Amino acid sequence: MLPILFVLTLVELGSGLVLDSFEATLLQFPSLLVLVPVTIGTAGNLGSVLAARLSTALHLGRLSFEPDDEVLAGNAVATIALSFTVFPAVGAGAWALSALVAETQLALATVLLVATASGAILAVLAVLVTVVATYAAYRFGLDPDDVVIPVVTNVSDVLGVVVLFVVVQIVV
Amino acid sequence: MSVVEVAREAYREALPALSVSLVAGLLSGVVLGGMQDELRVVSGLLMLVPAFLATRGNVFGSFGARLATALHQGLIEPRVRGGDERLRSAVTAALVNALLVSVFAAVATYFVLTLLGLPHASLLTLVAIATIAGALSGAVLATAVVVVVFAGYRRGYNPDTIVGPVVTTTGDVFGLLFLLLAVRVVLALLGGGG
Repeated sequence: MLPILFVLTLVELGSGLVLDSFEATLLQFPSLLVLVPVTIGTAGNLGSVLAARLSTALHLGRLSFEPDDEVLAGNAVATIALSFTVFPAVGAGAWALSALVAETQLALATVLLVATASGAILAVLAVLVTVVATYAAYRFGLDPDDVVIPVVTNVSDVLGVVVLFVVVQIVV
Repeated sequence: MSVVEVAREAYREALPALSVSLVAGLLSGVVLGGMQDELRVVSGLLMLVPAFLATRGNVFGSFGARLATALHQGLIEPRVRGGDERLRSAVTAALVNALLVSVFAAVATYFVLTLLGLPHASLLTLVAIATIAGALSGAVLATAVVVVVFAGYRRGYNPDTIVGPVVTTTGDVFGLLFLLLAVRVVLALLGGGG
């Protein structure tokens, strides 16, 4: 258990380093700082829900990884749709809460745009990472229930911070 | 089932859980937003945040999953009193893992920032913060997981479906709250971040 935890920690430190590199922007706009945990957490949740569903479908023999696989396509579509439902709420919530606790310096529209755009990109990436990790686990004869969720949540943390960084650079 | 039917079912089933963890995620964001002064003083603290939060999820997620499996197999009784040997050793293992990995993250943060020539607080400051925050949040999380899983199991809920949400909702909020507390304690004892 401990060696895996050390490796996952090193992966997470990569995402910490990205956060550290745009610390000045985050400290200048508290609403962006509020977005960090909820954005990376929600991306990881989208991925782990998808991972759990794909793994169950695989165990039940309902997943084939063919291009016309309806279970795969349907779950991927649902993940994207969920991101367009949840992330605007994330943005609105982060804006409102930081308005309560600090002087908000970013417009509501800016925070909404940052959250929704990051969420859409992250949903696509979460689908890709989850499908590849589930397929790899299946090919190597591992139980996807054991491996895919830790991989997906930790990779999502890194991708979440990187995507947030890129979107903030473009939008703010 | 068609693609649309599969998508509709998956969407409907996932939305409630995602919404609950969204609220918890926003709360932990507010705590992080309230840490601005501490983040300014202790350089490198922000780098530690994702690793610290992920450790809570990784250690106590798997602790909860083990607890659920042991309940299903009848290896442990869903009672906190009585001091079951297996339960005590599982809790100890989770706490030790969480503490070791938190300290490792602090040491690694210090060395990465030193190698890259970036500003950083002293090794003692970072390790002390990680140790205090790791121990306190570990104790709260272990207690929350045991109590909620046992109570849920006795009321007929499948512990496997309770563990994940409990760990993600309590983990991030308490993780950041105790990180904030630890920074304040360490700054009070050791002075500035150096």
